[in-house]
Amino acid sequence: MKPLIGEHSLFGPVDPAAEAGYVDPPARKGFFTDTSVCIGCKACEVACKEWNEIPDDGFSLTGMSYDNTVSLSANTWRHVAFVEQPAAPAAATDGAGTVDLGMPGPPPPTSPEGAQATEELPDFRWLMSSDVCKHCTHAACLDVCPTGSLFRTEFGTVVVQPDICNGCGYCVPACPYGVIERRTGPEGAKNVGIAQKCTLCYDRIGDGQRPACAQACPTESIQYGDVDELRERAKARVEQLHEAGVMDARLYGADPDDGVGGAGAFFLLLDEPEVYGLPPDPVVTTRDLPHMFRRASAAAAALLVGAAVAFAGRRG
Amino acid sequence: MIQGSNMAEAHPVGFQWVMEAKARGAKVIHVDPRFTRTSALADQFVPIRVGTDIAFLGGVINHVLQNELDFREYVVAYTNAATILSEDFQDTDDLDGLFSGFDPETRTYDPASWQYADAGQKQEGQGRQQHEEQRETASALQHETHGLNVEGDPPRDPTLQHPRCVYQVLKRHYSRYTPELVERVCGVSQEEFLEVCRAWTEASGRERTTALVYSVGWTQHSVGVQYIRTGAILQLLLGNMGRPGGGIMALRGHASIQGSTDIPTLFNILPGYLPMPNANQHESFQDWIDSVRHPGSKGFWDNAGAYAVNLLKAYWGDAATADNDFCFDYLPRITGDHGTYRTVMDMIDGKVKGYFLLGQNPAVGSAHGRAQRLGMANLDWLVVRDLFEIESATFWKNSPEVETGEIVPEECRTEVFLFPAASHVEKEGTFTQTQRMLQWRTKAVEPPGDARSELWFFYHLGRMVRERLADSTEERDRPLLDLAWDYPLHGEHDEPSAEAVLKEINGYEVATGRPLSSFTEMKDDGSTLGGCWIYTGVYADGVNQAARRKPGREQSYVAPEWGWAWPANRRNLYNRASADPDGNPWSERKRLVWWDPDKGENGEWTGDDVPDFERTKPPTYRPDEGQGGIAAIAGNDPFIMQGDGKGSLFVPQGLIDGPLPTHYEPVESPFRNVLYGQQANPTRKEYDRDDNPMNPSPPELHSDVYPFVFTTSRLTEHHTAGGMSRYLQYLAELQPEMFVEVSPALAAERGLQHGGWCHVVTSRAAIEGRVLVTERLRPLRVDGRTVHTVWLPYHWGSGGFVTGDSANDLLGIALDPNVLIQESKVGTCDVLPGRRPRGRAVLDLVASYKERSGVDVDPGTPIVTVGPDADVHDHRDPVMRKEDGDP
Repeated sequence: MKPLIGEHSLFGPVDPAAEAGYVDPPARKGFFTDTSVCIGCKACEVACKEWNEIPDDGFSLTGMSYDNTVSLSANTWRHVAFVEQPAAPAAATDGAGTVDLGMPGPPPPTSPEGAQATEELPDFRWLMSSDVCKHCTHAACLDVCPTGSLFRTEFGTVVVQPDICNGCGYCVPACPYGVIERRTGPEGAKNVGIAQKCTLCYDRIGDGQRPACAQACPTESIQYGDVDELRERAKARVEQLHEAGVMDARLYGADPDDGVGGAGAFFLLLDEPEVYGLPPDPVVTTRDLPHMFRRASAAAAALLVGAAVAFAGRRG
Repeated sequence: MIQGSNMAEAHPVGFQWVMEAKARGAKVIHVDPRFTRTSALADQFVPIRVGTDIAFLGGVINHVLQNELDFREYVVAYTNAATILSEDFQDTDDLDGLFSGFDPETRTYDPASWQYADAGQKQEGQGRQQHEEQRETASALQHETHGLNVEGDPPRDPTLQHPRCVYQVLKRHYSRYTPELVERVCGVSQEEFLEVCRAWTEASGRERTTALVYSVGWTQHSVGVQYIRTGAILQLLLGNMGRPGGGIMALRGHASIQGSTDIPTLFNILPGYLPMPNANQHESFQDWIDSVRHPGSKGFWDNAGAYAVNLLKAYWGDAATADNDFCFDYLPRITGDHGTYRTVMDMIDGKVKGYFLLGQNPAVGSAHGRAQRLGMANLDWLVVRDLFEIESATFWKNSPEVETGEIVPEECRTEVFLFPAASHVEKEGTFTQTQRMLQWRTKAVEPPGDARSELWFFYHLGRMVRERLADSTEERDRPLLDLAWDYPLHGEHDEPSAEAVLKEINGYEVATGRPLSSFTEMKDDGSTLGGCWIYTGVYADGVNQAARRKPGREQSYVAPEWGWAWPANRRNLYNRASADPDGNPWSERKRLVWWDPDKGENGEWTGDDVPDFERTKPPTYRPDEGQGGIAAIAGNDPFIMQGDGKGSLFVPQGLIDGPLPTHYEPVESPFRNVLYGQQANPTRKEYDRDDNPMNPSPPELHSDVYPFVFTTSRLTEHHTAGGMSRYLQYLAELQPEMFVEVSPALAAERGLQHGGWCHVVTSRAAIEGRVLVTERLRPLRVDGRTVHTVWLPYHWGSGGFVTGDSANDLLGIALDPNVLIQESKVGTCDVLPGRRPRGRAVLDLVASYKERSGVDVDPGTPIVTVGPDADVHDHRDPVMRKEDGDP
């Protein structure tokens, strides 16, 4: 008989749908987002909002390059980051010896000396990348959900059921990527107070359709399909880019042995994850639960034994 | 090569093919004033000063010619490189920036001296008069498609050694466009420039082709047509025309702009590029036809009579007969310039009573927004059909002029009729895209409420006007009453059948109703009719060919069964050039169309695409002397719409501003033309009026009052004048405010804070926006000094979820003489920190700049700046003015 908690139930490589108890589930579905061909058109953001009836995220200019939706949030389930950076890493070091990660944000204050330098700038780079919920193999949001609102689908994805969610918010700090969030507005919007995030268009893929963002993407930067096949495709794409001399190309979230057991939605990046605002080495926040449980059990047992011994000793 | 285009941002769906090509190893180069999302995906980005593309491309031409990198076999056989020019031709190097034949009085050329040698004697001066008229009516647009009129056989020197052959003339013309000069004029380093030259030439020739992409970054200049000509010369020299993977892709501004040129919404042409009859030139039907077909000359326009008869039959049906010249006299006549900007000036002057706006928002989207709004405020009535209540419908109550008091809502006399329009998913019909491909759209949902299609609106408007006039006996009402206005209607709202319209456009036999399969079936006796001869075949066999959607993977790579492309479903124009003169592919890698001697009776043209050549005319065919029409085109002349069958490196007729592209500065420029004494396009069309002032440029004084160069364009997130994006929250939130992009250096110079406010001033307007300091804009070294470029998106106005000032308010109106397009991609300006003044104070600010620059004294710019007739006059500075005792 299958044990209730398996060796990799909370950490390590595993097929999440089978682990969740589905018998003969369909192949795990996910996204491969190839940022090397992203043109920053934001069609994914718009298609996602149209399909999922997500309210707007407010109308304010941020000054963070062309990013005015800032980050993934309850009202932005696909988010395109824009990173303006000089390509030569040498130019990214300031006097203090710190490294400019090219994080989205206003450029450093301008000075006349800086102005002079711009005329001989090295090649400039503008990175664009469409971020989304990672649909982790080990999803902490799901692990901590007390109501069962968050659940694992037969496609291995993680979905919130808004009619079950009680808005406790445990999932929000549990996510190692900061993806999930409770909707706070605008006024009159549906699901206010409820945890919100990408469903990998559960209501489309069950019908044999592609998620809205992948369908809208004009350059196939967002590819939807079987995770196993996407991982192969992604590996081949990295090799192709390396051969073309793009040595910084790397995969993010594609490794089943990483801290979340591999993401269902993974990425091809052209720089360090931090540059795109992604955590470099995310770990499922519930990874240590079994360990903690064993420790706690041992301690409890020891206490019990100690107490028993104490009583026994007294009798003796 | 992508130049003058921000393809990734303005054409993201088409850009997928660029990404596909890149994945297969294509190198993508982007030449642009600003680092855009297109640059981000390109292999090489080359920043260039706005308005200097002819200098840059002329440099590439010079590199090709000096190093003999042209595809010589192609050039000799397929272009007019070998053709010898008249002895009278003088080039811009002889005349300091002018060609021979210039008349400073009218600022037009007599093209007599530009002709091929022995081209028969043309009467002196006649050509000049024609040019004057052609400039008024943008008739170069007709020449573009009607081709070169060549009679006889002009002498050629296939060795290309004759000093007056086109090749040598071209070589001399561009000999001064060296890498050093490109660096000095364009601000492009020699290293970067030579890298582009290397990449372009290495990827061209027998085995390889290079595609060139441009958009309105090239067209919207006072020398816009010549920009594209420069690209055409280069692509011809490198053998990239008519071949797979080559060509010049003109990306159109939005869906079906190509369609609205083919079946035009322009004043000077009719469907299928037939010219609008001119009251002074085309007194009879035959005059009109002969002006297109040029009896005795060569080429495919010989059949123009049949195309015209079929169009008139489509308009007037049974009423059009041979006896009444098929109702030719019912066609309206043009008498001069009736272009959109002339019309706006006439509106301001009170000469226009009513105006229709359909899917257009000139209050935001057209150059010189203030003139647009003041013009509309002086109409009797205005019809606006749009998806939302756009600025062109609200200018009378909410606009910058209301703020300044120039328009008073209570007094504005224009009656605005706002009609809700059906969107593209709420109606059926075709889009024609840049490849001339028609794709049918089916209606996805019913339009909401009172929203209706354009087809519905015009059909029923016509019906009601005709009903109103039914009893009229006035002669002037006959054209309306005799119209064939009978389309099948369906549905609750009596929607006319779009397929029936498509069938009429395609053409059919009048007696049987059988749809025509090809325009060669069109008769000039009235037995067939067809609304647009180039579209004939789109309804062949009674099947809507535009609705075909066979996936690419189920057919050849040319995908002939996806949609339908004019003419005759050809996907690659002039594809005869993909084979060598003997009819064999230039290379196996690049084969497309070739001569198969074993096919048919005596051999046929065949291949992956529909051959753009008479199917059975063998490569060895040579016309007899004195032959005209199509028979005069030899079997090895691929450019069949040209009178000599050759691609034109040198254009003896049809262009008003000269036979060869020449670098002129933009009308507003901080720099003197370093190549010639002639500063800017001498033949440009200008409206020299107090309400259309131009900022001074060298050699005039005070250009330093407007020290920076600005350019405007689009963002992916918004659609042109914003009518389809600012009113939708999902798009509006993505770019929620008007902003102005400046380099860190300019921000430092002018004290602009990232995220703060700035305002931009020209002699037309002052507008404000938030500051975006970015290294994507880069100061350039030009002619020994630094020039800053300011970039503005032009999407905002007073309506929608997100509002802001309109960048097009900054522009004046100066037009290309060939097609009357406005120079809206470049101007000069000043930039100041903080928000602009409010109310009337903004007019004072603009006025103070005009006073400092002398524009208030003379709003125009000197146009001829060379020779004894130069009209350069120094704008008087304020100090001198005081001494003069001016008020």
